Amino acid sequence: MGAGMKFNPAFGRFLSRRLISSLVLLVIVMSMVFFANRQIGDPARMVLGNGASEEAVLTLRQQMGLEDPMLEQYGRFLAGLATGDLGQTFRFGMSNSMGQGSEVDANKTLPIAMERLPATLFLTGATILFSVLVALPMGVYAAARPRSHTDRMISVLSLAGVSIVEYWFALILVLVFAVQFAWLPTSGYGSFAHVILPALALSLRPIGRITQITRSSLLDELAKPYVRAAKGRGIPVRRVAIIHALKNAAIPIVTTIGDETINVITGVIIIETIFGWPGIGALTVDALSIRDVPLVEATVFVLVIMVLVINLMVDLAYAFLNPRLRIR
Amino acid sequence: MSGANQIEDAPSTVDDTERDDGIGIRDIVGALFRDLLVLTAVIYLFVLFFCAVFANFVAPYDPLIPNIFANRLPPFSVTAGLDGTEQFHLLGTDALGRDVLSRLMYGARASLFVAAVSVLISGTLGTLLGLLAGYYGGRVETIVMRAVDAFMAVPSLLIALFVLFIIGGGLVNMVIIFALVRWVVYARLARGITLSLRESSFVEAARAIGASNARIMFRHILPNMMSPILVLATLEVALLVLAEAGLSFLGFGLLPPEPSWGLMIARGREYMREAWWMITFPGLAIFLTTLSLNLVANWLRTIMDPVQRWRWLM
Repeated sequence: MGAGMKFNPAFGRFLSRRLISSLVLLVIVMSMVFFANRQIGDPARMVLGNGASEEAVLTLRQQMGLEDPMLEQYGRFLAGLATGDLGQTFRFGMSNSMGQGSEVDANKTLPIAMERLPATLFLTGATILFSVLVALPMGVYAAARPRSHTDRMISVLSLAGVSIVEYWFALILVLVFAVQFAWLPTSGYGSFAHVILPALALSLRPIGRITQITRSSLLDELAKPYVRAAKGRGIPVRRVAIIHALKNAAIPIVTTIGDETINVITGVIIIETIFGWPGIGALTVDALSIRDVPLVEATVFVLVIMVLVINLMVDLAYAFLNPRLRIR
Repeated sequence: MSGANQIEDAPSTVDDTERDDGIGIRDIVGALFRDLLVLTAVIYLFVLFFCAVFANFVAPYDPLIPNIFANRLPPFSVTAGLDGTEQFHLLGTDALGRDVLSRLMYGARASLFVAAVSVLISGTLGTLLGLLAGYYGGRVETIVMRAVDAFMAVPSLLIALFVLFIIGGGLVNMVIIFALVRWVVYARLARGITLSLRESSFVEAARAIGASNARIMFRHILPNMMSPILVLATLEVALLVLAEAGLSFLGFGLLPPEPSWGLMIARGREYMREAWWMITFPGLAIFLTTLSLNLVANWLRTIMDPVQRWRWLM
């Protein structure tokens, strides 16, 4: 409703529809995660290990609510989703199994996952910022001189960027800059130096994509009559390109930046593991490899929400870029 | 086809090729030789494909049999094999003394198989669904496009990672997952093209002379979307080669001792400091493969576009 006051009503409806479908999607994805996770074995046995007696397993299953009907468990899960309570991790449950439940809250999975969020946001933000700062000028430069040698070189370079294996490139970067020259730390978190290598490894692909899309949408825009008119009036091409055409070409570019941010969030899963970056990606891999089901649910939850929020931000950006979507 | 003949008859006219709608194999090959970079990419892909298919004959050594006495030999090493004969390792050996070059060739087989079969399945499925959705509209379209939106909203690598965690890795499972998450890109493209072609005059003409829906879809609309679909499929092969490598690297894809590029990098990582060749070559193989596919897709897009084609045929 607030959106309807500010924007064109049609756009307000569009936004609220997107918001609702995002929420529906979130519930569907989480439900799939819930049911899939129930297929991979007995969580109680995983917590207690293979040596545990049947009785101990049964008691724990009752405690964990696994003996209840599936529908009831699912209902509890949905209620948990609504209140942000996704259960307790197995791993911390293990260390805690002797001194009963004094620190129950510390073992909640969602806070554990949320704790990792800032590190991932920092890495993602640094990567995208760096990519845009490199890619936009390259794309504009290439579009201003189509079919020149520089243009061709930029095209091949951006293709190379999208072709590289991120984690391999990350390892090579470590090998060269951290091991060989010892200029930068091999892994870890804390200082500015730590973010350089992971962000560099993650940025090649976005740089390639954003350069390509900037170049092609700018070229389309430069072919339009108003650009020719401006040229006719003696305004330098570069000025037209940067001030007028780039603004009009912004929608596909912003869409690509959004898509690439989402790709970076996926890429973070591997890159964080390699660099020991304490983010949500590394936590996801940890949780998957020790089969900590509730923790997996929480990390997937946070990752999916990040993706949905970025999609919504891109939708909102459209309204600012395209005046027709704003209220007249 | 006829375009090729015309070029022979009148070698200097660009106009003739433009007027004639089709382009022949000969034009394409001719254009290929004018772009050395793309030509190199095509040759590389052919060699790779050959090595992958005939790995049993081409690979110098067995990719699985370890030889602990020959472990971590640098490239260009000569050593005595298990059977006493002299062995030459062009790209060195891995931590278990297996020949890196041979493993790369068998790895190419696994990577290309997963990518190509997934693309074939998802491409067929997605194109068909997109065609149906675009042509019939209504309910069919709503259902298909809702599914497309849902799949598009969640990164496919994340879905793949999670599902492989549940059902386990391996060649067949990877193909199933990739086909399941990637059909949407073809469906979206096919629907868009169908929507624009549905109202075109040649479709109306076909309908006027009484062609059935199936005939219009498969004989009139489908052939007209094959080139963009082909370009997309080429890009998708590149994407899936990368995805396979990533998932295998994390341990959720192909399983050892299967020689896979991603697994080779994962193993090589442990010995990265002493044996750079163990990670360098598989990574280069993936990079060159995806780069070649991307270059070829880019080139195909231009050559199949009638507006831009003249630049390449000139």
